[in-house]
Amino acid sequence: MDIQFISKYLPLYVEAAKLTLTIATIGIISSIFVGFCCSLVRYYKIPFIHKIVSIYIELSRNTPLLIQLFFLYFGLPKIGIRLSSESCAIVGLTFLGGSYMAEAFRSGLEAIPKIQRESGLSIGLTKFQVFWHIILPQAVTISMPAFSANVVFLIKETSVFSAVALADLMYVAKDLIGLYYKTDEALFMLVCAYLIILLPISIIFSIIERKLRYAGFGN
Amino acid sequence: MQDLGIRVLFEGKNLVRLLGGLWVTLQISLLSVALSILLGIILGMIMNMKNPVVKVITRIYLEFVRIMPQLVLLFLVYFGLTKAFGINLSGEVSAVIVFTIWGTAEMGDLVRGALQSIPKHQYESGRAIGLNEFQIYAHIIIPQTIRRLLPLAINLVTRMIKTTSLIVLIGVVEMVKVGQQIIESNRLEVPSAAIWIYAFIFFLYFIVCYPISRLSVRLEKKWKD
Repeated sequence: MDIQFISKYLPLYVEAAKLTLTIATIGIISSIFVGFCCSLVRYYKIPFIHKIVSIYIELSRNTPLLIQLFFLYFGLPKIGIRLSSESCAIVGLTFLGGSYMAEAFRSGLEAIPKIQRESGLSIGLTKFQVFWHIILPQAVTISMPAFSANVVFLIKETSVFSAVALADLMYVAKDLIGLYYKTDEALFMLVCAYLIILLPISIIFSIIERKLRYAGFGN
Repeated sequence: MQDLGIRVLFEGKNLVRLLGGLWVTLQISLLSVALSILLGIILGMIMNMKNPVVKVITRIYLEFVRIMPQLVLLFLVYFGLTKAFGINLSGEVSAVIVFTIWGTAEMGDLVRGALQSIPKHQYESGRAIGLNEFQIYAHIIIPQTIRRLLPLAINLVTRMIKTTSLIVLIGVVEMVKVGQQIIESNRLEVPSAAIWIYAFIFFLYFIVCYPISRLSVRLEKKWKD
């Protein structure tokens, strides 16, 4: 291990980690939004749109992110849609994450017994009130484990962004290996960077899950 | 001509070559799946042991492998091993190693979860009606475990196939690489080939993964208690 090399190129990794985290955050927030909308459409079985959403979910869950990115980055410019690496990464991550989040929320929504909704309506709450005060809090609690697994999964998936020329952690590591042949140091820093990013997130989520379990209904 | 890009797919041996690339992907993922299921079952049983040292070691292995992006693991094996120990592995071999290490961790955790979800009284009732240990496992525990395990294990197969797409980044010639070669060789005559080739690869992945994931969902619904 060459400590000097590590300290010299550490800033590169910090920059890359910032970029990775920024894109992951934007991607995950928009995935949550997309997923939430999709799960509602499927839950309330809104005609026609519900079919399209199902097709989208199956397409996105059964194809790898790398191929989706290649399609966006190398394929789409041929029909005149040119996206930068960053927007490609965000769109790709949202396309993938949206369906995973939708499935997570849907499993939460479906786990709530019908009687909850009926009781709410029978005591005179409006449909929206039933959803907002009764269904949603329980659904979010139930889908939390799946939701947190998805967040970690999506951050992990950001590692393929180097393939569309985004200067993320993988890209920096590959660059350093190519330029200086310092494979050990470059890979060591790469592993550390991912541990520093992902370990706290996974620990925080497991704490949240444990806290939320008490809020669950009926146990 | 924009709309003629699709003809690239059917020119010469392009289609056969792409399917050949798919076969490489599938071979690597199926081999890794087979190894992971075998090793994962063993790991799952080991993880169920009461020994605290074993518990800590398996836990660290599991957490590390699950928290690292698979691409990082691929880089560690493909570039790291070569540099550190002078072991020169081909891309295919490192892919199988990495996906087996990763799949074993995932499968081990599934097996552990499935074994733990079997209530204790199942073992006790078995003993109470005079079955021996082997009979308890063969007739009571294993059939129930498989029911819980199989849908999840099948789901792991689709995840494995999807993750295998990463191997193009360590230089294995599989479907995406073949696609890129076809795009390159047609760059001047058919500039719009890229969108068709990538769309085709996208749908090939979908065609492979969709039935498997449907099967997993169906089994899960069927065997729900």
